[in-house]
Amino acid sequence: MAADSGNSRIAGRFRLVTVSASSASLPTVDTVAAAAGDPGREQPWADLGLKADEYDRIREILGRRPTSSELAMYSVMWSEHCSYKSSKVHLKQFSEIPQETRAGKMLAGIGENAGVIDIGQGYAVTFKVESHNHPSYVEPYQGAATGVGGIVRDILAMGARPVAVMDPLRFGPLDAEDTHRVLPGIVAGVGGYGNCLGLPNIGGEAVFDSTYLGNPLVNALCVGVLRHEDLHLAKASGTGNKVILYGAKTGGDGIGGVSVLASETFDADGPAKRPSVQVGDPFMEKLLIECTLELFAAGLIAGIQDLGGAGLSCATSELASAGDGGMHVELDQVPLRDSTLAPEEILMSESQERMMAVVEPGDVEKFLAICAKWEVDAAIVGEVTDTGRLVIDWHGETVVDVPPRTVAHEGPTYQRPFARPDWQDDLQADVAEQLARPATGEELRDTLLRLVASPNLCDKSWITDQYDRYVRGNTVLSQPSDSGMVRVDEETNLGVALATDANGRFAKLDPYAGAQLALAESYRNVATGGATPLAVSDCLNFGSPEDPAVMWQFAEACRGLKDACLELGVPVTGGNVSLYNQTGETAILPTPVVAVLGVIDDVTRRTPSQFTGPAQRVYVLGETREELSGSAWADVVHGHLGGRPPRVDLAAEKALAALLAEGVGLLTSAHDLADGGLAQALAESTITSGIGAQVALDGDPFLALFSESAARALVTVELEDGARLVDLAGRHGVPITEIGVTGGDTLRVEGQFELPVAELGAAWTATLPAALGS
Amino acid sequence: MKIGVVTFPGTLDDVDAQRAVRIGGHEAVALWHGDHDLRGVDAVVLPGGFSYGDYLRCGAISRFSPVMVEVIEAAHKGMPVLGICNGFQILCESHLLPGALIRNDHRKFVCRDQRLRIENNRTAWTSAYEENAEITIVLKNGEGGFVADEPTLDRLEGEGRVVARYLEVNPNGSARDIAGITNERGNVVGLMPHPEHSVEELTGAGTDGVGFFTSFAVAAAEKVFA
Repeated sequence: MAADSGNSRIAGRFRLVTVSASSASLPTVDTVAAAAGDPGREQPWADLGLKADEYDRIREILGRRPTSSELAMYSVMWSEHCSYKSSKVHLKQFSEIPQETRAGKMLAGIGENAGVIDIGQGYAVTFKVESHNHPSYVEPYQGAATGVGGIVRDILAMGARPVAVMDPLRFGPLDAEDTHRVLPGIVAGVGGYGNCLGLPNIGGEAVFDSTYLGNPLVNALCVGVLRHEDLHLAKASGTGNKVILYGAKTGGDGIGGVSVLASETFDADGPAKRPSVQVGDPFMEKLLIECTLELFAAGLIAGIQDLGGAGLSCATSELASAGDGGMHVELDQVPLRDSTLAPEEILMSESQERMMAVVEPGDVEKFLAICAKWEVDAAIVGEVTDTGRLVIDWHGETVVDVPPRTVAHEGPTYQRPFARPDWQDDLQADVAEQLARPATGEELRDTLLRLVASPNLCDKSWITDQYDRYVRGNTVLSQPSDSGMVRVDEETNLGVALATDANGRFAKLDPYAGAQLALAESYRNVATGGATPLAVSDCLNFGSPEDPAVMWQFAEACRGLKDACLELGVPVTGGNVSLYNQTGETAILPTPVVAVLGVIDDVTRRTPSQFTGPAQRVYVLGETREELSGSAWADVVHGHLGGRPPRVDLAAEKALAALLAEGVGLLTSAHDLADGGLAQALAESTITSGIGAQVALDGDPFLALFSESAARALVTVELEDGARLVDLAGRHGVPITEIGVTGGDTLRVEGQFELPVAELGAAWTATLPAALGS
Repeated sequence: MKIGVVTFPGTLDDVDAQRAVRIGGHEAVALWHGDHDLRGVDAVVLPGGFSYGDYLRCGAISRFSPVMVEVIEAAHKGMPVLGICNGFQILCESHLLPGALIRNDHRKFVCRDQRLRIENNRTAWTSAYEENAEITIVLKNGEGGFVADEPTLDRLEGEGRVVARYLEVNPNGSARDIAGITNERGNVVGLMPHPEHSVEELTGAGTDGVGFFTSFAVAAAEKVFA
């Protein structure tokens, strides 16, 4: 982007509201009547992020120039963030995946705030992962905090009680100065908001790579639980029903957040964009959660929508276009924190902690009484009509009169050009398999110590200890386990498991395979805990869609994900796309974060990730190949990225998951093999349990330890259960190799090296505190 | 026995405290911050959370809530009251306990499995423990640093009113590693760590916290706080 674009855009916000102001009076409101009588007025559409043809299309839809309020609405709703205009031609293919899981048909699918999945016993769960990347770079604490707040409201709007959150995070190099500004703020923001809501944070990721230095990724996942009968969808039906805005008052924060921040590349020299970042109030959100759940329980909600990106512009237009098609809003009834706000600003404001409900007239009094109990402000701001128009008045004058579908659902769609970049062949030819490898036991030992202490593989307690993982008392698994798991029903012990994964290095080498590997890893992580994977939500973080190479990465990742979901039988239930993640010309590693949700009938039978006792047999499930390209070893030891990622074998993933599910009760531990290979899995299993292991590795010990072949797991069983496991593996067609036995206080690789678990643990835990302060 | 669990609008660990009360063998009774009513309970738990948001000093607003008027009066008459985390902060703000809780010395929220020593097992809430029992329970707080002036600290120590002390790691900079204290009568206990999150093997840090919810029965039987 041009170096001055940010500057003019911020300025545009002020020009928008002062354009017709006389020097001595309040700004004149631009009404529909004025627009009809003044068709040629120059408007700041470019400053608001609209393209010339988009502005022309708005004029065509309306048959006149838009009012400044209408222009504000279209600009935010047609932004990349809200309209998915560059991505939706590729996202469409996810709807080809059957909208059902092993547990039955989806109760709500893609297109709703979040997909809803039947998990049996009358329960359903809804989950979704979203990005809040750019705000978190500008203002790390508030950006991350409001990212959590936004996804929680999405889940709440489905009628579900939010029960847990997770946060996949990406940062620049750990030793970079700006990482020390960004990371502590983001972590404190995620914790500060989530902890105050009483939602356990049960996992996530923290990954470091130089491409994220000027563009960290803050993805936030929330999962909620509801009874089947409590499902609510976002729509405004029933002419005469009242539209109630409740929650926080509307202020001037976050104005234009989606168009200014989420849909534009940062420039190193650009101005500070703090005015566009929202400010969170988690206490208000906690009230909103309890108040909304009580409103649901009392049956007072006919339709509901959370206010997130694009604020009232989004809520009014989406509710109206999903319902009977009309809504009349009196904008001057919106409770304000700042009485000087103009209608355009109120429509664009992204003030947090607000919800909009559609309520039958006879229920309004009861609705307001429950809001009063929780001391939540509520105001009747309009009603549902049958006009097919969204009409918004400001002190008696009409400032918006539009067909709501044109705002919410019929925004522009782009067929962005995409092309495999010419550097891709060279990148793939530069394989890591030809790099110098450790040759002696001593060198293997040093390599292991170096890898476990590397930022991407080290202990993340510095981060996760700032999150409450226990609140609500249902957390069965959390970091550093492979997946997070929460109990849903205290009587039956029904539960759900969640994992999020993405390996941007693999995706850079091959975005099609990279997206599939992200899904495979997440699927496998859910399976290692003993849960059955059911469904997917994704957060697709990529660079600028205006770069054909990035667009190709995006298209390939979508195609890969769809193909893999089809083969694994898991639907994409919803998600989020974040584009323009780049600094200048340099895009981030393509980062398709894939979240998989699984169900487990009895959480008391979950399989732990760490070793659970001495004298147990240790096995590797799956096949280990010579696959070093894109590996943690190539990165840490050689600073190398090239070659092709590990082979994707979805049939093998499926077989492994089936084995792990059937092995519940037989397996005493199960740990996914991924970044860092078997070496990392052995290190984590021993460090977190304090139980050592003696292993003997056939063939090349380096490959056995550090190759990152997919579809593998490290598992243990009691001594007498070896034959049962071998038989189980045989029945599922999963290759199995017995490598040793647990016990002692060292990790010994026969003929190579022996390392005290305490020394391994010290290396693993020291990295983040040393870099970030304890 | 009926044990009340107070819910302020920003209370978070009330469901956990109620579960712990039931696991301890008692009936949990929900109490609402806005009511001047203790509903006939025999004891009260003030659970963790952010009562009214705690943007001011933690617990500074809660002490004026209708339910606290009743709790304070009942505590003065000898009713057992346990304040956990935010509840501890509220008890200090209410002057039922001395001292105050300030921001952790390292300025970060901390969630960990914390080793403690129960130094006073003569309170209404700790009589189920052996004296100097060492336990591990969940700790999670942002403003858990216990402070008081030196004479007050000396008095707490001298009168055996330090109920629990941090072992191995002082997680928040608390003076003299103090994790929990009691009043002179032993009926009011404030504790920064969370015993209610350590009552089930499945979900917390072991079950060492159960004693806080069974002590009441032990104490009642032995008339410790009569």
